[in-house]
Amino acid sequence: MSNTLLISLAVLGILGGVLAVVLYFVAQKFKVEENPLIDEAEACLPGANCGGCGFAGCRALAEACVKQAAEKGNIDGLACPGTDMNKVAAVLGLTAGTFEPKIAVVRCNGSCQNSPSKVHYEGADICAFANTLYAGEGGCSKGCLGLGDCVKKCNFDALHIDKETGLPVVDPDKCVGCGVCARTCPRGIIEVRPRGKKDRRVYVCCSNTDKGALVIKNCSVGCIGCQKCLKECPFEAIEMRGNLAYIDPAKCKACGKCAKVCPRGSIHAINFPAPKPEVPALQGAEPAVKPQPKPEAQPVETKTEVKPENTVTA
Amino acid sequence: MNPIKTFHKGGVHPEENKLSANLPIQDFPMPKQIIVPLGQCLGAPADCIVNKGDRVLTGQLIGTAKGFISANVHSPATGTVAKVDVVMDHTGYYKPAVFIDREEQDEWAEGILVTDKLLTDIKLDSKQIIDKVKECGIVGMGGATFPTHVKLMVPEGKKAEYVIINAAECEPYLTCDFRLLLEKTQEFLVGVKILMKAVNTDKGIIGIEANKMEAIELLDKTINEHKDLYAGIEVQPLKTKYPQGGEKQIIKAITGREVPSGKLPIETGCVVVNVASTYAVYEAVQKNKPLIERIVTVTGKSVKNPGNFRVRFGTPADLLIEAAGGLPEDITDVINGGPMMGKSVSVTNFPCIKGTSGILLMTLREAQDRRQTNCIRCGRCAMACPMGLQPFLLHKVAKQNDFDETEKNHVMDCIECGSCEFTCPANIPLLDYIRYGKAKTGAIIKARNQK
Ligand code: SF4
Ligand code: SF4
Ligand code: SF4
Ligand code: SF4
Repeated sequence: MSNTLLISLAVLGILGGVLAVVLYFVAQKFKVEENPLIDEAEACLPGANCGGCGFAGCRALAEACVKQAAEKGNIDGLACPGTDMNKVAAVLGLTAGTFEPKIAVVRCNGSCQNSPSKVHYEGADICAFANTLYAGEGGCSKGCLGLGDCVKKCNFDALHIDKETGLPVVDPDKCVGCGVCARTCPRGIIEVRPRGKKDRRVYVCCSNTDKGALVIKNCSVGCIGCQKCLKECPFEAIEMRGNLAYIDPAKCKACGKCAKVCPRGSIHAINFPAPKPEVPALQGAEPAVKPQPKPEAQPVETKTEVKPENTVTA
Repeated sequence: MNPIKTFHKGGVHPEENKLSANLPIQDFPMPKQIIVPLGQCLGAPADCIVNKGDRVLTGQLIGTAKGFISANVHSPATGTVAKVDVVMDHTGYYKPAVFIDREEQDEWAEGILVTDKLLTDIKLDSKQIIDKVKECGIVGMGGATFPTHVKLMVPEGKKAEYVIINAAECEPYLTCDFRLLLEKTQEFLVGVKILMKAVNTDKGIIGIEANKMEAIELLDKTINEHKDLYAGIEVQPLKTKYPQGGEKQIIKAITGREVPSGKLPIETGCVVVNVASTYAVYEAVQKNKPLIERIVTVTGKSVKNPGNFRVRFGTPADLLIEAAGGLPEDITDVINGGPMMGKSVSVTNFPCIKGTSGILLMTLREAQDRRQTNCIRCGRCAMACPMGLQPFLLHKVAKQNDFDETEKNHVMDCIECGSCEFTCPANIPLLDYIRYGKAKTGAIIKARNQK
């Protein structure tokens, strides 16, 4: 009995020893040299693997940073939207390239009020599916379907569907501008744009490239392609894409003039000071000034003043 | 009469509700302006070849097929082209269409034989028949609108043994094929002969559900009376069970053969054609008449005058609804097609096209989506699935965007019959999710094959 025990122990012991030696040499021979800097750089990144940097994940970006730092001595053009790249640069002993902070904007304002439902949808809650099935409850074939594919994909909890408008709303505090939502939306409604100086930005809140007559049928705030904004803009920042105005963020100086002339209130000027009450004449044309309370938790008064990102023209 | 056959896997028994079965086909008067969509088949829309101001004749070609899977479009009326613009189809999307201001009198394009006489003599040979079918823009008129000439082109190395005519009409409510069988029996049978000649076979089988006894008896009688004319055609009664008219199901029921996963029916030596398409083939080959009209069933439980109408394409559906007595109060859902595979429409004034088999007005009680609850793993969907799939599983993995799993679980085999959704006690919109998974998986497979 005790013999069996001893033999087993001896056999296993010797086997273990021999294999340990073999493993040691194999490990030496096939050792993969990995730069410890990669781990350090990766530690600076959020680890959400959202793909916003254009790489397969955070580690892939870290590897690219280390590689480029070694080859070119900089990390220009490599950026995680959710991280201060200076930190990564510091780890690598460099200074970061310039990186403009960005944010997602939802280019549709076809809320339940602006584009009232004509039909009632009862199918699967997937925008990509509904998009193949029909134009939308409000009838606009380019507008938001409101089923929240983008919300489900956001890694940073920065999007939610507003219950009243039925549209997704971006939380400017949480959005890092990674663009996952923009790539998800089957209708290309979301665009990632620079946040702008003082967080002020101007954009056309509509994605419908159809002719004006078709747009008016379904929506009271859609761009009709009248080109008034294009003529108004002193910086030639506006171009027409089909029958839809597009403001080039690189050229836009955020003067907000176009927003005032748009007859449809399609242009949203965000974070501009509220118009003075003594000029009520402007009220009609001025969009994006009626603040809307944020859902729960946030005290309505304080937030709506500073952050009219989630405003809608009623 | 042959003994009744059926497919065995899955299937459901929805209420038949063939309310309009005894109502003869009526010619539907055309409105002043008709709107003819250029995309009337599965596949690419046709290229418009007319301009604003052109005068077009009835049956004149106005759109030419673009690509392999595409079909010609002809003018359904005589008149002037008012504009070439876009029109909302039943989904609410804008699609290119030709607007024609109609003249009172039909002036037929050259070469079209306008007669009601039965023409039994088939003069064209196989190749000519297929060319004629292509030229006349004939597509599968059961709803899928797959171009018929593509079906008839038997690939190299394959042989068509049977022409199967799909006369099952297993969708509840719809009666357009049934009426056509009763009223144009001989023309239809000549159509079957033409199809048999086109694919070089001497066996033609007409599969009909046993709830259409009148049609089965009439066809049997006609074939027996004219043995010389209709030799080789057989009528096969099928059990009344949905989806008996699914292409794969009808092949299985009649021949006992199974179409392999991912393959076409021709693998089993069968070419399956719908009743209305067969009649259209007769008109095209014998009279040179292109496809410009079809029978549309307008029906519903609270519809005042349901009916079967012969409608020229481009006639807005709301006129048909009006003719049937208008929209009743309690209607919540208007469906393009039958209740099982048809789709709810976004607008009611969409123009009727080649695939519009019926317009069904669902009452509140029928259409109301009962409350959706969680899957209770009862397995009824798997029992009902005629393709032997596991809908509850496909629903789950599609929802999770796990397209490896959808592929592994054969989502591409789904024929979108809706049996699973029909039987689910938890009211889960199973088919929606499966269609989503199928579309995504299909795109992934396509991209992979292109590499
Ligand atoms: S809202 Fe869009 S861009 Fe912003 S963090 Fe979420 S997914 Fe990224
Ligand atoms: S923005 Fe796009 S993805 Fe988001 S809810 Fe609207 S349609 Fe869906
Ligand atoms: S002014 Fe308004 S409606 Fe006109 S083109 Fe510009 S955004 Fe569109
Ligand atoms: S029929 Fe419905 S409840 Fe039953 S297993 Fe299938 S999905 Fe689940």
